[in-house]
Amino acid sequence: MKTFKIGGVHPEENKLASNSAIEVLPIPQKVCIPITQHLGAPSTLVVEKGGIVKVGQLLAKADAFICANVHSSVSGKILKIDTVTDTSGYRKTSIFIDVEGDEWEESIDKSQNIVKEIKLSKEEIIAKIKDMGIVGLGGATFPTHVKLMVPQGKKADVLIINGVECEPYLTSDHRVMLEKAEEMLVGVSILMKGLGVEKAMIGIENNKTDAISHLHNIASGFKGIEVHALKVKYPQGAEKQLIKALIHREVPAGKLPIEVGCVVSNAGTAFAVYEAIQKNKPLFERVVTVTGKSVKKPSNFMVRMGVTVNELIEKAGGLPEDTGKVISGGPMMGKSLNSLEVPVVKGTSGILIMTQKESKRVEIQNCIRCGKCITVCPMGLEPYLLAQVAENANFETAENERVMDCIECGSCHYTCPSGRPLLDYLRVGKNKVGQIIRNRANN
Amino acid sequence: MNLLTVSGSPHVHSDQSLKKIMWGVVIAMVPAMLVSFWYFGLPAIIITLTAVISCLVFEYLIQKYLLKQNPTITDGSAIITGMLLAFNVPSSLPLWQMVIGALVAIGIAKMSYGGLGKNPFNPALVGRVFLLISFPVDMTLWPLPKPVWTMVDAITGPTSLGILKEGVAKGDTVSQLASQLPSLQDLFIGGIGGSLGEVSAAAIILGGLYMIFRKIITWHIPVSFIATVAIFTGIMWQINPEHYINPMFHLLAGGLMLGAIFMATDMVTSPMTYKGMIIYGIGCGVLTVLIRLWGSYPEGVSFAILIMNAVTPLINKGFKPKRFGEVVK
Amino acid sequence: MNQVLIYSIIALGSIGAVSAIILYFVAQKFKVIEDPKIDEVADKLPGANCGGCGFAGCRNFAEAIVKAGNMDNLNCPVGGNSLIKEVAPILGIVAVEKDPQIAVVRCSGSKANAPQKAEYDSASTCVFAHSLFAGESGCPHGCLGLGDCVVSCKFDAIYIDEITGLPVVSNEKCVACGACVKACPRTIIEIRNKNKKDRRIFVSCINQEKGAVAKKNCEVACIGCGKCVKVCSFEAIILKNNLAYIDYTKCTLCRKCVEECPTHAINELNFPPRKPKAEKTESVIAE
Repeated sequence: MKTFKIGGVHPEENKLASNSAIEVLPIPQKVCIPITQHLGAPSTLVVEKGGIVKVGQLLAKADAFICANVHSSVSGKILKIDTVTDTSGYRKTSIFIDVEGDEWEESIDKSQNIVKEIKLSKEEIIAKIKDMGIVGLGGATFPTHVKLMVPQGKKADVLIINGVECEPYLTSDHRVMLEKAEEMLVGVSILMKGLGVEKAMIGIENNKTDAISHLHNIASGFKGIEVHALKVKYPQGAEKQLIKALIHREVPAGKLPIEVGCVVSNAGTAFAVYEAIQKNKPLFERVVTVTGKSVKKPSNFMVRMGVTVNELIEKAGGLPEDTGKVISGGPMMGKSLNSLEVPVVKGTSGILIMTQKESKRVEIQNCIRCGKCITVCPMGLEPYLLAQVAENANFETAENERVMDCIECGSCHYTCPSGRPLLDYLRVGKNKVGQIIRNRANN
Repeated sequence: MNLLTVSGSPHVHSDQSLKKIMWGVVIAMVPAMLVSFWYFGLPAIIITLTAVISCLVFEYLIQKYLLKQNPTITDGSAIITGMLLAFNVPSSLPLWQMVIGALVAIGIAKMSYGGLGKNPFNPALVGRVFLLISFPVDMTLWPLPKPVWTMVDAITGPTSLGILKEGVAKGDTVSQLASQLPSLQDLFIGGIGGSLGEVSAAAIILGGLYMIFRKIITWHIPVSFIATVAIFTGIMWQINPEHYINPMFHLLAGGLMLGAIFMATDMVTSPMTYKGMIIYGIGCGVLTVLIRLWGSYPEGVSFAILIMNAVTPLINKGFKPKRFGEVVK
Repeated sequence: MNQVLIYSIIALGSIGAVSAIILYFVAQKFKVIEDPKIDEVADKLPGANCGGCGFAGCRNFAEAIVKAGNMDNLNCPVGGNSLIKEVAPILGIVAVEKDPQIAVVRCSGSKANAPQKAEYDSASTCVFAHSLFAGESGCPHGCLGLGDCVVSCKFDAIYIDEITGLPVVSNEKCVACGACVKACPRTIIEIRNKNKKDRRIFVSCINQEKGAVAKKNCEVACIGCGKCVKVCSFEAIILKNNLAYIDYTKCTLCRKCVEECPTHAINELNFPPRKPKAEKTESVIAE
């Protein structure tokens, strides 16, 4: 079975919610929608306090190249424009809306029938994706329309769809692939047209055999879409590792996938693209998995953006007594929250609740130079060395030893027998070296 | 409700731990330890206990009173050093010398560099070589195996390699010496003269397989070390079978198995990439054979490993793992 | 035996002599012509190579001084004014004294004032905690208490107080080299004038959030009310971005702003206790 060659670990899968069908949550009573929910430049506010908004109305627009529109997920009155703590741990500008009814923008098609015919041209598709505020729903939230705009001199020959979901506990992509398979595949065809390629490959980890066979059947009705099963190994869902496993090409250090002729998009994003292009529906809701060993009802909810994590947890049975950490995302790369008033945004793929015992980090001891971190690093780096030089502020060595290649997957930190906080120091190294590189470029 | 904990990802950890690795190595050494008790009797038990307890005590005292840190003797590394040190000495070694060996191994070779993980040289080997150079007579009197369940002195004699070296130096050919040397079967099972741990190749190989099964060590260092010795001595044997003994003898006699499987594979002092490990193993093998065949000591494993320990940082620098997305210029 | 001795002496002696001659000529050929003043200035410098002047070492600093011809923009915090007096005659200029300075920690978000709202369990370095979240107290500008400043200090002049969780600067040992200023990821520490008797007054907060938000996280936050600005008769206080800042060059240490501040965000250090007028709680941080 296809897989990537270097490194990788096998954390416990714990896909507790994989059999829970997507549950559409009732309309919330209030929401707070951050105006920047994507990677790149912040969006510009186009509404103000007191304004009346409808579902799908533009709230903040993209003014820079790498930027995305933000739309309202509810109808009601804007209570205030204020700050709220988001997953970064800091307060960011958000729009607080008091919900009244559920009035949608007239242009949105609310019907459930599947529209297969793609009427728009390549350029129109890209423009509409930008309009509808579609960003990567895998967690990185990179604006999708920018991904489809191939730079001069480069060419794409294949679109890769990431249905891997290698993070333990998370199941939102799994459910989308099972329940919205045909819509998703239309979305893939739209992306293929937008990118200008004839071939798409969907990679799915082999712990989702039902999704693989289901998609395989339905994909036979679509031109150029292949479904591939991949060996279960973390981080198979990382972009570079996925490309290596599917088409055996290595993205060079410091470059993007387009360098080897492909673009990678998440399965959930493909579904969002379908709704955007065929139903004129902007991105204002997504599937979020609420899970954890102590959660009463691990579920997959279709949530409107702006609902607080607190409300979501209530719907899954309430916050367990013995909670240590609440994580936005999966256990390997997710961010632990310092407050439950954090709103659900485009990048929230799941909420994971960990007990006190699970949350305790292991004791830190001396590095015994066992080399296990090197064995598991998917990028072929030496985490023990990078962590040490970052801790000693020796950033020149860190840069030479390719700290910027690190994809922050956490395999090294996960494996280290001495419990050393490798990824923490790797991140310090990456931050500082990134700054140094930017300063060098500006001078 | 308790406060939420905030930390960087990842928020889960594998079941790997230092304790598991250390205790795994201790379990792997148990067969060889039991064999040594069987062949050498009570003195072996006492020497092993002395070595282990001295190592623990010295590590505790140095950490608590000299370095003013929290003592970490429960991580198991001092026990391993103690056992390996005991494996490297004859059962007739005076106990006070064993204690000095432990002090040198823990105090000088390990603690003075900063403790676990910071030493460049294998502590047990440093202790052993220190004892060899300081007390050459006591360290080269090898009791013959005879279960002695009292403290009565055992009969001592030279090791197989010792017999070989002296004999060849005198001018005897290999076939003339064959009668004095133990059979290959004896060498494999044990029941010959030698240090506590090195006599039974079978017990050591068993321990090595256990460690490979538990993924504590990989095959790279033992196989490259042993294969190099086999090939090098094999070539010399082909050139002059009367001057150089056959490679099977070299593999089973002396401390090669012990060195290749337990000492050279010490994680702290050996390279970290597989390519580096193989180079390291080859280096150890070449040096061992050079000393055995042309050096003045009959046994070269300890020195070979210590020299390669010194080269390890260079090997780590030269043999880096294959980077993903390496831009080929 | 004597022959061996004589031959050894001759042999080794000649090797030594030949080496000395070769080295002498090589030293002459590759001699670097330097301004002799650099050596003289370097002699006067403390020789600690602490980097407080901003140069890589005392030697480099000496070169810079001689090149510039004066010490107007060059400051050795360790040598201070006595150094300026010694170097001036070498350069042939008149010595201009500078005000002694010290590092000041502008945060009073102790464990009591800024209670813990989340628990941090990660690498013990402020740089990482800063990139991870706002902090255990929730204030995004507040001190994280993990001690990057302590690690950076080469003069052992700063330590983290056990009870408050905040850094404390030693009056005697601090030489204002600026290492802790650079080490702090939130630029909480600032180099300010030391003044007579080590007295100083400063706004112990750098929070730029709106007053209500800042006060929620910390009892003694600056809420940007501006009362201090109004009461200062020397125009030494500026209010910008919901934060007050006292210009230490204009401040006369009159202490009126300290009394006026409703949240006790302004700290006064090393002053005698006031005569008790009305019921007032003292500033939380003591030196």
